Amino acid sequence: MMEPHSEAELSGLVKGSNGPLRIRGGGTRVFGRPVQGEVVSTANLSAITLYEPGALTLVAKAGTPLSEIERELAKNDQQLAFEPMDHQLLLGVEGTPTIGGAIAANVSGPRRISVGAARDFLLGVRFVDGQGDIIKNGGRVMKNVTGYDLVKLMAGSYGTLGILTEVSLKVMPADETAATIAVAGLGASEAVAALSAALGSPFDVTGAAYEPASRQTAVRIEGFKKSVEYRSDELVKHLKDFGEVNVITGSEHDTLWRDIRDVTPLAGAEGDIWRISVRPSDGPKVIETLKPKSYLMDWGGGLIWAEVDNRTDIRSMLSAFSGHATLIKASPETRAIIPSFHPSVDALEQVAEGLRKKFDPRGILNPGLMN
Amino acid sequence: MQMPEPNESIISRKAIIVEKLQSVLPQGAVIDDPAETRAYECDGLAAYKCPPMCAVLPSTTEEVSAILKVCHEEGVPVVPRGSGTSLAGGAMPTADSVILGVARLNQVIETSYEDRTITVQSGRTNLSVTGAVETDGFFYAPDPSSQLACAIAGNIAMNSGGAHCLKYGVTTNNLLGVKMVMMDGTIVEIGGAHLDSGGLDLLGVICGSEGQLGVVTEATLRILHKPEGALPVLMGFDSAEVAGACVSDIIKAGVLPVAIEYMDKLCIEVCEDFAKAGYPLCEALLIVEVEGSELEIEEQLSKIKAIAQTHNPVELREANDADEAARIWLGRKSAFGAMGQINDYMCLDGTIPVSELPFVLKRIGELSKEYGLDVGNVFHAGDGNMHPLILFDANTPGQLETCEALGADILKLCVEVGGCLTGEHGVGIEKRDLMSTQYNEADLEAQMQVKDVFDPSWLLNPAKVFPLENSKPRRAAA
Repeated sequence: MMEPHSEAELSGLVKGSNGPLRIRGGGTRVFGRPVQGEVVSTANLSAITLYEPGALTLVAKAGTPLSEIERELAKNDQQLAFEPMDHQLLLGVEGTPTIGGAIAANVSGPRRISVGAARDFLLGVRFVDGQGDIIKNGGRVMKNVTGYDLVKLMAGSYGTLGILTEVSLKVMPADETAATIAVAGLGASEAVAALSAALGSPFDVTGAAYEPASRQTAVRIEGFKKSVEYRSDELVKHLKDFGEVNVITGSEHDTLWRDIRDVTPLAGAEGDIWRISVRPSDGPKVIETLKPKSYLMDWGGGLIWAEVDNRTDIRSMLSAFSGHATLIKASPETRAIIPSFHPSVDALEQVAEGLRKKFDPRGILNPGLMN
Repeated sequence: MQMPEPNESIISRKAIIVEKLQSVLPQGAVIDDPAETRAYECDGLAAYKCPPMCAVLPSTTEEVSAILKVCHEEGVPVVPRGSGTSLAGGAMPTADSVILGVARLNQVIETSYEDRTITVQSGRTNLSVTGAVETDGFFYAPDPSSQLACAIAGNIAMNSGGAHCLKYGVTTNNLLGVKMVMMDGTIVEIGGAHLDSGGLDLLGVICGSEGQLGVVTEATLRILHKPEGALPVLMGFDSAEVAGACVSDIIKAGVLPVAIEYMDKLCIEVCEDFAKAGYPLCEALLIVEVEGSELEIEEQLSKIKAIAQTHNPVELREANDADEAARIWLGRKSAFGAMGQINDYMCLDGTIPVSELPFVLKRIGELSKEYGLDVGNVFHAGDGNMHPLILFDANTPGQLETCEALGADILKLCVEVGGCLTGEHGVGIEKRDLMSTQYNEADLEAQMQVKDVFDPSWLLNPAKVFPLENSKPRRAAA
């Protein structure tokens, strides 16, 4: 295992290596086709290098633990608004989630529906490409259209275009308080209708999820105390025609949203776990078509975590829907026959392949992971 | 401003190329009469002009595909154009190029309130996207100042922002999908009404690529329900430092206004003469706007006012009703028009870390003296996106060049303090040759190789974004 202590050292290691290389942050987000090769860990590239609370900006080396960043932000009542999930419970792995890993996999939590995804909070990157060259893009300011936005391209590229060494992030004020407006006893379609009504209201909903086992439909609001009270009252009125409504606050609220973020209800599932992204109004139809063993719905119906029997190729079942399905946790038998990432049309596959060849001409960075 | 020499062999084949384009398009969609092509000789950066060889105005994605196939076969550069409001020369043609204008692609394809999305053709103007949904209480958030005229196609090309993006983000944060035609005519769909990408985030790199990777013909955009209300508060301070500290304190306190706008004394004076908004004649003026219900607005404004008071404002003016609110915005919204009344001006667009605001304003003042040209400052203070306006007289020989040199120095200053050359207008031709102050050879190479993949023959808007010197070998190979 290679554990460089600096970007320059990493650059030298990549230059001197013939690969293949397995890029690792905290080792907790094990997705995609398993990669054979020597591990390159960013664990020693770890430090918050700049934090300006008054400018809502934080810059950290890629291997910095997320917990360290969250702790620093909390001291100033700030947060990572994209609330990256912790995959450990769901995937049954242990490690130290890093900011680089969260960005490389563009991990976004329930708040995606209102404030955006991880990629929307990424202001700048530094990375080492497949030739060992050090590249920077973006910066540390909130508005930046200087040249191409490789920052977005790097988010969600799973280390296949380059090894992230430093990321610059927009951070947000932490919310003074929060509340959940919960509607009891709904089925999936009624739930998505209720979530859609809440999301289409002026009341700044920051979470909209459905948990079928308890038939709980949950709408989250956050902000200053008086504002949360006001919007909570309004949303109760707004949603009361859908079913029995109650308001959840405090630790019960916190646990509820952490479980949704981390997909806790599906932890320990024996089947394959898929992550399905569709237009929110298609969510219930996807459930009806798929009839999963268990599932969780987030993003107002647009994000479905589903457990199905091993080796089920759900993509062929869902071909009528636009969107994509990613295999998150699977038996080796499933992995052997079903690609982890959703195949695209030829022209776009060619573009993606073309980009990989440009950024990593020797094909040594996480080769095949996204195939 | 240097542009590459036009390719005479293309110009000599004009008749053949025009005929080929006519053969794939309906009547009236190809404009080749020199009297008419003049209409496309420049965009909002009107100091630089060059009529194109011809212009084409397709009405469907298939027509765009047919046009690009012809140009690809013939090796003709294509300059995509939205409404031509670019302030950076993004839509400026060369004499050997075809202007591809998307103005006739202006329909709404689909509106889904359930999914909170709208799909429009890309020639539709920014404001008319909101226009299509506002009776149902919804709006499209990015609001560039030119929103009455500018097209979604241009917004995507430049990743446009606006006054309210402190809360709602810029175009890339509100764009979910595109239908795009590649230079060889292939039509692709990227993203859609779902919220994230299944593979590499190609949408993310297309947005802001200044029409160099493909021609976007349709866009799926996020729409939001309008807030219940909004109210601005105006504050005057006797120094830029104090105003800057106030902005920082507001943000640190956890209040996130939808807009924090800044004007300096020169701008206040000019705007007062023009719009008579009743602004105090102070060194620095802030307009802070918050949104929500009456109660929420009151809660936020009380926090903001309390913070402002600790900085001893020379004026703190609230709006009690919609009329008073409109008066507070009046001067700011007429700033660019007011400046245009008294002078020619060049509007810069650098972004800086908010903490560097006082230093940068001071330094701009010094540079202004050195060059002998006045600079007014009006900008989005919450996100550090500055808009220094350099006043000059285009009729005085040499002043445009002096103005450009001062502009370049101000942008270099923005980069030196940790910022960037452009926050929302784009690079275009205007800042093309300054790119190497922000990015080194390897950084630029990484960006150019993205274009190599999407447009291997470098025919789409080729002489933009990258320093001519850097893009030369690629353009020459085309």
